[in-house]
Amino acid sequence: MLKIIRERIHQGHRTSRFPKEEPILPARFRGRPEIESGKCPQGCAECVGCCPYGALVVDEGKIRLDMGLCLFCAECAAACPHGALVFTRDYRLASRTREGLMTDEEGFQLATALDARMKKLFGRSLKLRQVSAGGCNACEADINVLSTLVFDLGRFGIQFVASPRHADGILVTGPVTENMKSPLLDTYAAIPAPKLVIASGACAIGGGPFRSSPEANDGVGDLLPVDLYIPGCPPHPYTALDGLLRLLGRL
Amino acid sequence: MNRQVSAVTLVNGGAIPLADLPVLDFEVFAEELVGEVAREGRVAAFFVTPAGGGGLDLFAIVAHDWRGNLALMRTRVNESFPSLTPRCPQLHLFEREIAEQYGIIPEGHPWFKPVRFHGSWQRGRDAWGRDPGGHPVPGDMTFYRVEGEEVHEVAVGPVHAGVIEPGHFRFQCHGEKVMHLEISLGYQHRALERQLPGGPHPNTRYRMETAAGDTSIGHMTAHCQLLEALAGVPPSPRGESLRLIALELERLANHVGDIGALAGDVGFLPTASFCGRLRGDYLNMTAELCGSRFGRGLVRPGGVAFDLDPALAAELSGRLEMAARDTRGAVNLFFDTPSVLARMEGIGRVGTDTAEELGLVGIAARACGLVRDVRLHHPVGAWREAFDSVIIEEAGDVFARANVRRREIEASIEVLRRGLKHLPEGAMQEPSGKMHPESLAVSLVEGWRGEIVHVAITDAQGKFARYKIVDPSFHNWSGLAMALRGEQISDFPLCNKSFNLSYCGFDL
Repeated sequence: MLKIIRERIHQGHRTSRFPKEEPILPARFRGRPEIESGKCPQGCAECVGCCPYGALVVDEGKIRLDMGLCLFCAECAAACPHGALVFTRDYRLASRTREGLMTDEEGFQLATALDARMKKLFGRSLKLRQVSAGGCNACEADINVLSTLVFDLGRFGIQFVASPRHADGILVTGPVTENMKSPLLDTYAAIPAPKLVIASGACAIGGGPFRSSPEANDGVGDLLPVDLYIPGCPPHPYTALDGLLRLLGRL
Repeated sequence: MNRQVSAVTLVNGGAIPLADLPVLDFEVFAEELVGEVAREGRVAAFFVTPAGGGGLDLFAIVAHDWRGNLALMRTRVNESFPSLTPRCPQLHLFEREIAEQYGIIPEGHPWFKPVRFHGSWQRGRDAWGRDPGGHPVPGDMTFYRVEGEEVHEVAVGPVHAGVIEPGHFRFQCHGEKVMHLEISLGYQHRALERQLPGGPHPNTRYRMETAAGDTSIGHMTAHCQLLEALAGVPPSPRGESLRLIALELERLANHVGDIGALAGDVGFLPTASFCGRLRGDYLNMTAELCGSRFGRGLVRPGGVAFDLDPALAAELSGRLEMAARDTRGAVNLFFDTPSVLARMEGIGRVGTDTAEELGLVGIAARACGLVRDVRLHHPVGAWREAFDSVIIEEAGDVFARANVRRREIEASIEVLRRGLKHLPEGAMQEPSGKMHPESLAVSLVEGWRGEIVHVAITDAQGKFARYKIVDPSFHNWSGLAMALRGEQISDFPLCNKSFNLSYCGFDL
């Protein structure tokens, strides 16, 4: 027991002060893309060709980037000779609608809070069932990490629970493989209404690296009504936490 | 009669023209394969690919750890072939996989069931006679069943209680005691291998990084080594050293996280809490290197995409020392607590013979006394100098698997200390070359779970004709099933954590 106490004193208190203090992210972290179409010469589409997922489109000389398809590999930024596209260290990326993830010069629609009734129901206590539907275990690992003492999800009243019967919503990772489609829909059906759906990670939003695989469904959007999209491959834990808190009107 | 010289040898990261690999008669192939395994070999890969004319080429790759090389064999098969599983049990899943992918039948297979529940790649040829137009239902197979009074069956999954990938487990129990566990996976199947012919495609590298997302560095290194072997262009020494650093950070993050998870399962919360945080510290060090906690975007053909300048190397060294001290403190608490040890010792035991017959690899094998580590036996590049002792335990129980991790954590920290101090000068990445046509290459990497095998065969244009991935989990799930025999069902979570296998790495 004394050894445990000594170790506890040595290791100290490690829970982050988020959201009161901004998190410190690595210098090379790739977050929200910033676009300046003004720098693009006529007809240049260097960035578009290097994205195998079609996350970039040039529309009337303006670049638009779909953060739902983006893996944040930043190869498009590296390919741009004009500096029109850079990935900033801003980890705030979640949005309430699929269209809201489209970002251009004006930015994107950062997640807004639930309506008053839903906020009253879930704002102070949200229990989620997680379903991995073809997730590679990176999204799952960085969701799990939210429950560690660093992020301490419980202090916000959010918790991952074992049974869908105990849950207020479902957090889906993975592109929804053909073999997980039915278990996912069964889990959703077992959650009492009203219920939320959260798509976490590029796979759950648009299929991610496995987009257009014959054995996967390109995300959860075609199968269930999604209330929150959390982009990233995988999303940084702070991206997920920020999104969840915004959804609950806590930020 | 003179023995036909038929097995061709290759070293890790090597390539040969396909024409140099003779097509043996099946009987000769079978004898060679069983003989190679008997001569201290183990099956690293076993797969088929269409050979033209309706036939299929069957390849076997047997790793000879003490000779540091790989024996390659091939034969030709049609609709069926005699199953070799009765003579070589470690082939059992490989043969089922071949049947599922190409609709051909290993006659006399003792446990003949689907693996991942997808339709055959050869239209209209289903090994189980299922509807060729429909999609198989996952888990739809005859499970092994024990009948009798007081015998009951427990079925779990695919969706489990925690934040974890899906799989289905069936326990045949007598009271609390498990007589048999059958594991049915395939829920995460994303058709990774099936879509590789004709590649590498623009999306291939991202798929390799997510073959098993907690092993991004391991799988991507195996993939890049394969591309480099096929092009005959070695990666830059600096790039290889940076890959080594990233691989050991990946091992540290996962081993530390696993000890935390084991602590959580036995209800020892100090270590569970500390290790949960420390795992993040190692992931964050990887993120300092390349911006991603899982090492996405770091390993690239020819080397790596991010360099480590002296200032960052010094900072990482400092962070490593702090994390190392805290890790030691957290882990020692765990191993110094008698009630914790009592929960792990003698639980979930796998015998050395069983481990050998099933062809276990990685932590699971080393915990059963098997000396198997690609870093020692099949080293490439920076590994040749960096690693000289394999850590083994004899008991094959949960404690042994935990203790292998504990000791590997120490070893990895040492390797990292040296690696961060002595980075070779030069470019971080060499330009990649064009892949040789009609060749075969093999690449092995000791990922944190165990041996990762990537094999590719190129076509006349130098594109992939076949790409085979063997995640360590492919061998080791059977080990978990054996570990449960005679155990209490309540010990399943603990046994499962001690293996911590990948679902999507298996399902692919």
